[in-house]
Amino acid sequence: MRYMLLIYGDATYQPSEAEMGATMGEYMAFTQGIIDSGEMVAGDPLHPVSTATTVRVREGVRAITDGPFAETTEVLGGYYIVDVADLDRALAVAALIPGARQGSVEVRAIVDYSAG
Amino acid sequence: MDDIERILRESVGPALATLTRVLRDFDLAEESLQEAAVLAMQRWPTDGNPDQPAAWLVTAARRKALDRLRREGRRPLKQQSAWRRDTALGTGTPDDPALVVEMHEESDVLLDDDQLTLLLMCCHPSLNVESQIALTLRSVAGLSTVEIARAFLVDDTTMGQRLTRAKRKIRAAGIPFTRPLSADLADRVEIVCHTIYLVFNEGYSSSGPSLMRVDLCAEAIRLGWLLHRLVPDDVEVAGLLALMLFHDARRPARLSADGELVLMEDQDRSLWDHERIGDADAILRVAMVNRSPGPYQIQAAIAALHSTAAHADETEWPQIASLYGVLRRVVSSPVVELNRAVAVAMADGAGAGLALIEGLIERGQLLDSHLLHAAHADLLRRMGHYPAAIVAYQRALELVRTEPERRFLERRIIQLS
Repeated sequence: MRYMLLIYGDATYQPSEAEMGATMGEYMAFTQGIIDSGEMVAGDPLHPVSTATTVRVREGVRAITDGPFAETTEVLGGYYIVDVADLDRALAVAALIPGARQGSVEVRAIVDYSAG
Repeated sequence: MDDIERILRESVGPALATLTRVLRDFDLAEESLQEAAVLAMQRWPTDGNPDQPAAWLVTAARRKALDRLRREGRRPLKQQSAWRRDTALGTGTPDDPALVVEMHEESDVLLDDDQLTLLLMCCHPSLNVESQIALTLRSVAGLSTVEIARAFLVDDTTMGQRLTRAKRKIRAAGIPFTRPLSADLADRVEIVCHTIYLVFNEGYSSSGPSLMRVDLCAEAIRLGWLLHRLVPDDVEVAGLLALMLFHDARRPARLSADGELVLMEDQDRSLWDHERIGDADAILRVAMVNRSPGPYQIQAAIAALHSTAAHADETEWPQIASLYGVLRRVVSSPVVELNRAVAVAMADGAGAGLALIEGLIERGQLLDSHLLHAAHADLLRRMGHYPAAIVAYQRALELVRTEPERRFLERRIIQLS
């Protein structure tokens, strides 16, 4: 099954250069791990939420607003898509994401239209 | 409950567990098992009850499932070998001896394992507690949706929707029907324990006898025995089972003939189920040999001290107070602290207990629990502070949920006024 692992973290957190470097190293190791296990489908970090733009179309009129869909302290910072056996494995993989230690990782199954 | 109904209820859990493994589809397993149960109700009265009712149901349900899959033109996922084998045998009737033998060979060895897997799936941490309880009672204990709804005082539609949502989540989120990694097993079993204990407490704290409600205590104990049999080495499971048995053994004495609540110190101990207390004691003793006491074992040990005292004034309160001290180090919770306060009051005097309760009140803990105010009131009463005791009893009265407890508190207030 395919799962999207949505990595949420504190937008106000300012890591030091050293912390940033260490975190990058951890992410590279994690990513290599799921590439090696054949479970990696996709994954990317996102630019800060301050760069977000939200689009809504109401009665045919497009409205564009600055900022995220909802103002919260925990913001989406990146994601992975993995193809794993089941939820237990998805949760095990999610727990290995470095961001899970500061923020949280939401695990969502991706709808599979090909399944009976 | 008539014989067939009882046999069916006892067979649903094991049959559903094995079917879910075989079909790899929980919904399909459940639907086809229901059809098989209908068939059993028709056949068994004339053919006689089968020796292995669960295996009979698995065989019949598997055939129903295959019929359904053929009708819908789909095949069971990832289970092509089972599909081929069943198609080959598909011409047989459910009680075809060849098929029954086949079922025995395939399922009986693994039946227990399947039941544990089913329990773990129903209590998966990604399901909320209400869903875990509903699913466990429906799928493992074999209760009907209506029975579960009545037991938890919600309407049938609400409970039906709760079960449907839970099953949809199992399917959509990919909650697996597989044994967790052995490193995770103890944690997962702990969740099952918690679910079972919640069922027991719901039954234990529910008010008065009501013929409409299934006996949740009995169901929880049945699940406790099952889990204990499935993971005999888990000493906390043994502790939970012992704890429930100790409490349940005292149930006959908890309410007077006219339905009034009787405090443990006033209970007629000859009404206690001493055989059950003996069972609980034996289970706990075996578990304690491992010397890894967890919360359930400690609580069971406390319950044991209560249950084995011949008279209320022979209760070993200092030991109970010190066990609550141990429990507090394992699970720090205000409820444990409240119980410790009561035990300390008995062991070292009301004043010592009162200080602990006042600590809870100062920290703002349990202020919405009638138990805190009732215990507070009781200690104030014993120290002769009647006006303050009445105020605390009244606060408890505002918060109490069950009728026998309400009447008990009212009687106390009248006595002091």
